[in-house]
Amino acid sequence: MFTQVYGDNGKMKEYHYTGPVEHRFSPYSFNGGTVLAVAGEDFAIVASDTRLSEGYSIHSRDSPKCYKLTNTTVIGCSGFHGDCLTLTKIIDARLKMYKHSNNKSMTSGAIAATLSTILYGRRFFPYYVYNIIGGLDEEGKGAVYSFDPVGSYQRGTYKAGGSASAMLQPLLDNQIGFKNMEGVQHLPLNQEKAVQLVKDVFISAAERDVYTGDALRICIVTKEGIKEETVPLRKD
Amino acid sequence: MKCHPLFLPYSRWRDAHPIVHSQKYHRMRRVCRLISKTLSKMALSSVLQSESADFSFNNDRSFSFGCRFGQTDLGFGAAPGDRLNFAIKASLGPDDKDGPERKIEFLHGTTTLAFKFQHGVIVAVDSRATAGAYIASQTVKKVIEINPYLLGTMAGGAADCSFWERLLARQCRVYELRNKERISVAAASKLLANMVYQYKGMGLSMGTMVCGWDKRGPGLYYVDSEGNRVCGDLFAVGSGSMYAYGVVDSGLRQDLSVEEACELGRRAIYQATYRDAYSGGQVNLYHVHSEGWTRVSQEDVLKLHHQYQEPKK
Repeated sequence: MFTQVYGDNGKMKEYHYTGPVEHRFSPYSFNGGTVLAVAGEDFAIVASDTRLSEGYSIHSRDSPKCYKLTNTTVIGCSGFHGDCLTLTKIIDARLKMYKHSNNKSMTSGAIAATLSTILYGRRFFPYYVYNIIGGLDEEGKGAVYSFDPVGSYQRGTYKAGGSASAMLQPLLDNQIGFKNMEGVQHLPLNQEKAVQLVKDVFISAAERDVYTGDALRICIVTKEGIKEETVPLRKD
Repeated sequence: MKCHPLFLPYSRWRDAHPIVHSQKYHRMRRVCRLISKTLSKMALSSVLQSESADFSFNNDRSFSFGCRFGQTDLGFGAAPGDRLNFAIKASLGPDDKDGPERKIEFLHGTTTLAFKFQHGVIVAVDSRATAGAYIASQTVKKVIEINPYLLGTMAGGAADCSFWERLLARQCRVYELRNKERISVAAASKLLANMVYQYKGMGLSMGTMVCGWDKRGPGLYYVDSEGNRVCGDLFAVGSGSMYAYGVVDSGLRQDLSVEEACELGRRAIYQATYRDAYSGGQVNLYHVHSEGWTRVSQEDVLKLHHQYQEPKK
């Protein structure tokens, strides 16, 4: 009889000692967290929980995963916190370089393309980060760009990333994408409904995912600027 | 060059315990040094060099592994024999046990096909991307528009395909500017094949079809990361390719009209998505003709299902 426990990398491992075990140093660790982005007609929302965990412990209850890049773009990064921090520093530096050489801020589409190349530059030792960029494009419409760890990206209207992504994405498919529903009216999403939906969705995620919880940070991007809102979630 | 603090303890240990190597090992090191000299001229580093040079820890990493190579930004300059336990793995794919469990989206689960006929080339693809058993996206664009008269399909690693084909687009444009004429499909596919051949064995995963129309007529080449480059009249790539081949082989004639050919391509992808769990989403259809390519249609597989199955009932 033995108990199954989860190892650091999320895989089940036997707790029953069976002999000498070779430990390998892994340069990665999984710090949890969920990120969500939704794009509307003239706004974009990027939301993330604020829990930073590792294995069984919680390192911090106040570590949001959304980072403001420009007045019109916010990025959410979840995965390995070390790589998240470095990646955001690199993006900030690239933004500054662009600003100085081109005398204007980078647009959301340009940031997405740049991030793709930055991530692919580490194709053989990837940044273990799931990125989602939310912002306004040149015409002022909401845009969401979702990435994989090595830089493949696509523009969409909504995306969930991180530990609870598999739970949130189907809900968003149904409520925002109206998928798998026959004969329903496709109402365009307005800002208040979108914010309420994001809150509800994260409350559900916190119920069923151990790595999501504590608090929810929502960044709402409109042409007036970026507004931040914090909502408490389950702390258990 | 300062060594990254993460690797400092190891290097101290390493210098205190020198390892004596065989002749075979030293021969391999010389070969790798030669390779790494060319690495610094390769596509990946030349694209990224100007912008990200200051921020990579890659130079430090190659120092700490004990083999100083020429300036590369790539950081995988460690010789094979030198690989350490915590060394950077050449390939981090879905079957990687040590790293994060479900990492990079691979599109082996896919169906893409292209065939030549009298009016050009039809390209049909599905749009599903899976990461393990999770469907990461149902709206992936697996046809990459290299330029207005060249298309590339995507199968394998999504990032690999889109990055290298974007680089190919750049190379094709440079060719056009230098030679004042459009690049041929054969030359474009050869450029792509040569670019990825330099990374053979390092874990790139890419199976693409380069389709276009040049002065020799319709062109269709299959290029993959193993080094294959073949010219042909019909290719289907991916886990659903067998199902697609069945449909296209039974319906393909050289004298098809454009409508019939599009319908054939559409039906083939639909049948593949029906039977292959890893293919699905939408069917994207493109037609390449003498004026360039046209996006013919994008249809949800569910809608096609009603269209094809309903009349039978």
